[in-house]
Amino acid sequence: MRLGYIVPIAVFIVFAIALGIGLTLNPRDIPSALIGKSIPAFDLPAVPPRSLGLATDDLKKGDVVLINVFASWCVACRVEHPLLMELARSGVVQVYGLAYKDAPENSDRWLGQFGDPYTRTGVDRDGRVGIDWGIYGVPETFIVSGDGRIIDKHIGPISPADLQNKILPLIAQARAQ
Amino acid sequence: MIPEIGHYAIVLALVVAIVQGTLPLIGAQRGIASWVAVAAPAAVAQFVLIAIAFFILMYAYVISDFSVINVAENSHTAKPLLYKISGVWGNHEGSLLLWILILNLFGAAVAVFGTNLPPTLRARVLSVQAFIGIGFLLFILLTSNAFTRLIPAPLEGRGLNPLLQDPGLAFHPPFLYLGYVGFSMAFSFAIAALIEGRVEPAWARWVRPWTLAAWCFLTVGIALGSWWAYYELGWGGWWFWDPVENASFMPWLAGTALLHSAIVVEKRNTLKAWTILLAILTFALSLLGTFIVRSGVLTSVHAFASDPARGVFILAFLIFVVGGALVLFAVRAPTLKTDTIFAPISREGGLILNNLLLTTACATVLLGTMYPLFLDALTGEKITVGPPYFNSTFGPLMIPLVVTMAIGPLLPWKRADAAGAFARLKAGFAISAIVALGTLYVTWGGPVMAVFGMALSAWLIGGALVELAERIRLFRAPWIESLQRAIHLPRSAYGMTLAHSGLGLVIMGIVATTAWEVERLQIMRVGETIDFAGYQIEFKGTRDVLGPNYTAIRGAYDITRNGRTITRMEPESRNYPTPPMQTSEAAIRPTPVADLYIAIGDPGPSGGWATRLYHKPLVHWIWFGALIMTIGGIVSLTDRRHRVGAPARRRARREGTPAPVAAE
Repeated sequence: MRLGYIVPIAVFIVFAIALGIGLTLNPRDIPSALIGKSIPAFDLPAVPPRSLGLATDDLKKGDVVLINVFASWCVACRVEHPLLMELARSGVVQVYGLAYKDAPENSDRWLGQFGDPYTRTGVDRDGRVGIDWGIYGVPETFIVSGDGRIIDKHIGPISPADLQNKILPLIAQARAQ
Repeated sequence: MIPEIGHYAIVLALVVAIVQGTLPLIGAQRGIASWVAVAAPAAVAQFVLIAIAFFILMYAYVISDFSVINVAENSHTAKPLLYKISGVWGNHEGSLLLWILILNLFGAAVAVFGTNLPPTLRARVLSVQAFIGIGFLLFILLTSNAFTRLIPAPLEGRGLNPLLQDPGLAFHPPFLYLGYVGFSMAFSFAIAALIEGRVEPAWARWVRPWTLAAWCFLTVGIALGSWWAYYELGWGGWWFWDPVENASFMPWLAGTALLHSAIVVEKRNTLKAWTILLAILTFALSLLGTFIVRSGVLTSVHAFASDPARGVFILAFLIFVVGGALVLFAVRAPTLKTDTIFAPISREGGLILNNLLLTTACATVLLGTMYPLFLDALTGEKITVGPPYFNSTFGPLMIPLVVTMAIGPLLPWKRADAAGAFARLKAGFAISAIVALGTLYVTWGGPVMAVFGMALSAWLIGGALVELAERIRLFRAPWIESLQRAIHLPRSAYGMTLAHSGLGLVIMGIVATTAWEVERLQIMRVGETIDFAGYQIEFKGTRDVLGPNYTAIRGAYDITRNGRTITRMEPESRNYPTPPMQTSEAAIRPTPVADLYIAIGDPGPSGGWATRLYHKPLVHWIWFGALIMTIGGIVSLTDRRHRVGAPARRRARREGTPAPVAAE
């Protein structure tokens, strides 16, 4: 019977340990089922008046590229945009843009207004290709290896810290292999 | 200069809290009266200091002093005054300050109004309160200072999340905190009793008003939050089983159990260890809620900007407070003497069943809320637990709870006869059957379970009314006697009738709106008329509206019914520039029977406007019922036995008129 009085503290200890472990994890860090897999097959036209579209073969040219999923209606995209501009200007890596569920003329206006960091663009008007890529929020950024495998994906706007600590090291690592 | 005074006041409050936490505790142990006497003035001083800090922060918000980081990040000059003020607690640092302010408000209330408590008990209670205060003051000073400066000051602030700029939400957090933090009182009383090694019926009588007050506030807080979600989020939902909602609901369930088990301690001098444990757990769940919201361990729409350092601090504090309390419980609780026995079918038995069901319900919510975290910690798998889990576990537990809620109050203490109670509930059965048949008639062909749910709520309300009628011997004694009995009935009896009936109304609202809601998403062109839930709804077009800190598109819908004009409804879709965000202001036409709810979305590609229409039967009963429950709590709070000097007055009355039947 006396043992019964110890049950609450025993349960609490287990609970506290689980909370402690939980603190070290990030629930927002959702793994993509596609990591390590080949990119899905697709072929998209460019955002007019640009001419370079985006297709599966464009991602298998031998060097690592970033695929940035954006939309003119996406507020968070505006947050990361200057960083993408800087990245494109530095020439460290090619950045391709996937205009997700966005009218081409709006995408064009947005790129005209804020600058165009993308070497290639693809118009995914109805979001079909987005489904194959497992996109569920904009912005998302995929790191794709030179042979067309998805190395990692970043959900949400890229912060300078994300770029330095996660994305650039992954690019360097992929190139070293 | 002024913000620094606020910072300084917090440091001073910490010093006072350390004194208040130690001297009275030692004094009470060693019998040093002068040290015991420190507790009450220290509690008042701490409250004054925190109030100074809080109002200084509020002042910084009102004058838009952007040299304070907290103000610059969460306020904006163009914001209406109400939201400048509510912006104080719309962020992590400020809300923490509000948390401590309320903690101290309760502490000061015990110091001022608790003069009928034995001095050593009051000193110990205030010491335990001070320890909780020390933890949170250190938290503020070490990780979350609201007065940190930003030099040079920006010209304009970043603004408050527009979703939070709403009168309902402005007062939601303070009420919630009054509830959460109010349970710290029950906790402090429990720890003080464990330290003293004594739990008496008088203890339960002292702790009950604090618990009841906290419960009322929490009920209002939860109801306000749910009401806000209903009209602001634009799709007519009112409860989502979101981790943070659950975090407020769990202390409510545990606190409700505590309210009822404290009655058993008070009336029958038994169930002591369990009541103490409930008091500890209720506050532990409140702290857990704080941990969940601020540490980022669970994903939620409510989460503050989370920071692992804060999580570590709160977890350490949680382990210190709750772990310490439970160790003390394991050591001291076995020595608490219980001297009464009772049969399973009795008032005590009913209240124990109520406690078991409420704590089990609380445990299922806890499990569902924490399971994703545990699974992630053990296996790395990511899942979310959604409404289907909660609906299928929590719902069934409510059925026996509601059934016994009607019977329990009719059972006498110690030993009762169930058949007799059922016999007296004939009227309850009749009300329930009438409601069931009426519902069947109105909603023929609808879900059968919903009819059952309506009957069950009617049973609860019927049971509460029957119990009241029994007490005043309505229709059995001459009406003048019934009237006299009604006048002399303790307020807590009316409180119970109201609270139980209120819950019945809440359940009716939930059942009806879940079962018979009609929803439609329609692209409407200007001039188009549609038939919806018996109304004809004509879309008259939109116009642009300029608000104080937003621009909006306002749609106009003319509602007619069989050719008779009823009203015009004007939902808005608002665009806030700082921070950039779109919000929906639904137009709602509430009636006692059903709400008509219209939200306007984006223009469609071919000229029409996306319009969401809902017809929600009895939905307002949910909040009306919660209001009745709260009123019940308040009425019970004014019961004679909770008032200062109650025993003396009661004795005086007993000589004259026959003593009223004991409450509950």
